[in-house]
Amino acid sequence: MRRQVPLVITFVAGIIMIIQYFIPHEPFAGLQQRFNVWFLIISAFALILGIGNLIKIHGERISRQSAGWGYSVVLLVGLVTMSVVGIGWGIEPGTPFFYLFWNIQIPLSSTMFALLAFFIASASYRAFRARSFEATLLLAAAILVMLGRVPLGNFLWHRLPAVATWIMNYPNTAGQRAIMIGIALGVISSSLRIILGIERGLGGGQQ
Amino acid sequence: MTTLGVWIAALLTLFILSFLYKDNPFYKFAEHLFVGVSAGYGVAFTYHNILIPNLYVPLFKQGDYTLIIPLILGIMMVLRLFPKVGWVSRWPLAFVVGVTAGISLITYLQSNALVQIRETLRPFNTFGNVVIAVGVLTGLTYFFFSKEHKGVFGKTAKVGIWFLMITFGASFGYTVMARISLLIGRMHFLLSDWLGLIK
Repeated sequence: MRRQVPLVITFVAGIIMIIQYFIPHEPFAGLQQRFNVWFLIISAFALILGIGNLIKIHGERISRQSAGWGYSVVLLVGLVTMSVVGIGWGIEPGTPFFYLFWNIQIPLSSTMFALLAFFIASASYRAFRARSFEATLLLAAAILVMLGRVPLGNFLWHRLPAVATWIMNYPNTAGQRAIMIGIALGVISSSLRIILGIERGLGGGQQ
Repeated sequence: MTTLGVWIAALLTLFILSFLYKDNPFYKFAEHLFVGVSAGYGVAFTYHNILIPNLYVPLFKQGDYTLIIPLILGIMMVLRLFPKVGWVSRWPLAFVVGVTAGISLITYLQSNALVQIRETLRPFNTFGNVVIAVGVLTGLTYFFFSKEHKGVFGKTAKVGIWFLMITFGASFGYTVMARISLLIGRMHFLLSDWLGLIK
């Protein structure tokens, strides 16, 4: 029962989502719309599960007063404040939620990603050393694309922006396509394995 | 932005940038606040944009009682927090996995496989079309691991690697530029909005 029911649910849900594409009429079209809404609702509960887990882990850290428990207090205060303010007063511009979003979350997230500029610079120093023909290609493509997109590139050589555009439109597109087709074939075979119950490692643990 | 808001944003920006020196309590404070605030944002966003319009209103105001099924499945999902009954979370998880697999199979087949193949198979009337066809075919050859990369097959795969390297280089260049532009944005905020040094 514990093993068979999830397999049946996966099979039925997956098959209906496939059939509705080929037979876009009732009952399959209606089922597809209904399943999409159900999917959204269950995903929302999955977020609640994640939040519950976060509260559990950091609550334990605080109650045990383990190293860095003060940061867990900061995390939980941020979580509770944002949730209560958002649920209580709404999330539109002009609300307290939006004030917190604009003055805390936006600066934090954009600075966090901006910080990566420094790490990506040191990573590129290591990656861009022309030790082989392949590494040289990587180096040349990156430099040409970067220079071609800034005024300095145009100043150095007026055709550099066109070279960067050509690299993006042709060799880059070819590589991206090969990757995309490879991913698509992988996703299609994995999806089939999951729907047919061949892939069973998605139950999550040995409960 | 109010003055208080600018000061909060500026201090939090500096707290995060302080990591460039080394890991420190200010960075850890900002890091944990970021996680908490982002999770709280997710809660409020999900409440207003998913749970209210898709569950609460149709179920309790319009009487669509079929929504009791995802409500029960959702509660079963949350029960994963309790180890004794955690196994019931497999049912909603199975539903989510099944729907995702069904949708992915069709969408990836359509948009990532068939459309990309169709766009690749173009007449060789321009040099660009030849480059794309050769790049895709050799790139796919490299991804074919069921045959040893030797001889003509190996050389073809090698050309595929060259195309992939150009792709990675171009993507890397784009990523660097995106991060640098974010950094410029933060520096502009500090020097303009906060300190007023530049207009």
